[in-house]
Amino acid sequence: MLKKVFGRPESMFPITTHYCPGCGHGIIHRLLAEVIDEFGIHEKVVGVAPVGCSVLIYNYINCDMYEAAHGRAPAIATGCKRVHPDLIVFTYQGDGDLASIGTAEIIHAAARGEKITVLFVNNAVYGMTGGQMAPTTIIGQKTTTSPYGRTPKREGYPVRVAEMLATLDGAVYIARVAVHKPKYIIAAKKALRKAFETQMRGLGFSLVEFLSQCPTNWGMPPQESVEWVERKMLPYYPLGEFKTPEAKQPLKDA
Amino acid sequence: MGEKVLISGNEAIAEAAIQAGCRFFFGYPITPQNKIPEYMSERMPQVGGCFVQAESEIAAIYMVFGAAGAGARVMTSSSSPGISLKMEGISYIAGAELPCVIVNVMRGGPGLGGILPSQSDYFQATKGGGHGDYRLLVLAPSTVQEAVDLVMDAFDLADKYRNPVMVLADGYIGQMMEPVEFKKRPPQELPPKDWAIMGAKGRPRNLIKTLYLDPVELEKHNLKLHNKYMEMAKNEVRVENYMTDDAEVIIAAYGTTARIAKTAIKILREKGIRAGLVRPITLFPFPYAAFRKIAERVDDILVVEMNMGQMLEDVKIGVCGKAKIHFYGRTGGIVPSYDEIVDRTEKIVKREAI
Repeated sequence: MLKKVFGRPESMFPITTHYCPGCGHGIIHRLLAEVIDEFGIHEKVVGVAPVGCSVLIYNYINCDMYEAAHGRAPAIATGCKRVHPDLIVFTYQGDGDLASIGTAEIIHAAARGEKITVLFVNNAVYGMTGGQMAPTTIIGQKTTTSPYGRTPKREGYPVRVAEMLATLDGAVYIARVAVHKPKYIIAAKKALRKAFETQMRGLGFSLVEFLSQCPTNWGMPPQESVEWVERKMLPYYPLGEFKTPEAKQPLKDA
Repeated sequence: MGEKVLISGNEAIAEAAIQAGCRFFFGYPITPQNKIPEYMSERMPQVGGCFVQAESEIAAIYMVFGAAGAGARVMTSSSSPGISLKMEGISYIAGAELPCVIVNVMRGGPGLGGILPSQSDYFQATKGGGHGDYRLLVLAPSTVQEAVDLVMDAFDLADKYRNPVMVLADGYIGQMMEPVEFKKRPPQELPPKDWAIMGAKGRPRNLIKTLYLDPVELEKHNLKLHNKYMEMAKNEVRVENYMTDDAEVIIAAYGTTARIAKTAIKILREKGIRAGLVRPITLFPFPYAAFRKIAERVDDILVVEMNMGQMLEDVKIGVCGKAKIHFYGRTGGIVPSYDEIVDRTEKIVKREAI
């Protein structure tokens, strides 16, 4: 008797992605699709794609979707969620999109407590445009626009998004996870489930920051990029839950 | 006749939107249009709608993008510098073919400029404004009553063409009070919003996007948009001809400037000068044909604007060299007086040096 134990999530189109070998986007897409399938929300879920490598996420995830301008996904998600409070709205954003050009939009969506879920992919570099410095590029990291390596004196410090947003009362679930090794991937999926649950329970804003590898723009083979996340990113970007619904005080209307 | 109420232009614009079925408003404070978001913040909860004060004009226009994409009737308003900030989003909305209404209560520029009335955003409104090859339908009210009527029309036009519609008012229209009737309108037959984001229940998923990496696909998209703009030009031109039948000289003006020109025309006629007014109500599509026709009968057309000559260029295109075109503009927030328009028109008719 044959039993199917592993298959492609139904919320994913049966095609291969355009992502480079070793890229983390494919894993994160899959986690997203698995969570959509497991909650059975395919017909209620709406995605907002960013500008960046993952602008084409709508080619892979099968649900109603918008494509946003650079950084503006949280505002679009706000508009959609306000019209259809029963839909489950997520944005999928990279570090340039969310932590640089879109800082105003993400901070205020969180501050308003918009009932949306944000998948924030931090790979410390602008991927689609060819490896420029990101707001999350770590100290010492060389990119095409920080060719001598990022220094605090010249380029300033990288932004820790999860910690920053966790200070806002409207943010209910904030976590940072990674996807470079199986044990991290399992934890990442748990966090993503919690984030969607936070939205489905109507509690407020939720965000999961995924540390992700970009071997192409880091200039190293995929295997090395996995170690680079472990050795270089984890010390600056600690994993964990920074805000959970349990810790949140219910909002009181004046 | 319905009941007339005395109301400011900004509040009237907001109420007209509510009565046209607008239930979502996203805005950001900027003078001289603050009464619109203020009014919306009070009215929306009363009618089961939603008002959000966004963190910026940029965020506001993308909330409009989201709500319009979700199938709602939605509006935002701002004034010149704020409209510049919205221009990125307006380009995306035009590209994604989403219906919405954008109100610009114009003030003087460039930069921060001033807070007094102006018409200096004509180019921005009618010639693109944001990047890419797109057009807005642009409606220019010249009274508060007309602002109300045009805002109501704007929502239907936006839905009909799946296109953003701009109501281009100025600080005078926004802030003066006039008696207004909110007319009950018969429901329009409009195309279904089967493209809207509502969750892919029992249908293939919907996708709202503006990216076309394949040049053949993008050209196809651009041609589709262009054909739509040509349809608007065919069907939606609105223009008022005022005392033009026997006119020997024509004044061309829109918005606040046009109503001042009407006073000037009455004075000119008392003085024996047969002046008339051609007043574009749609700035895009522009009433080129009205100017082409009038240029066959009159020698002189005086364009009056609260800027240094923007609609002037469209009048020239319409007239196509068949009449002499003159220009009188005040700017910086200064409004031309009817005396100045009378004086300028007399000099033109009498062939006096200006």
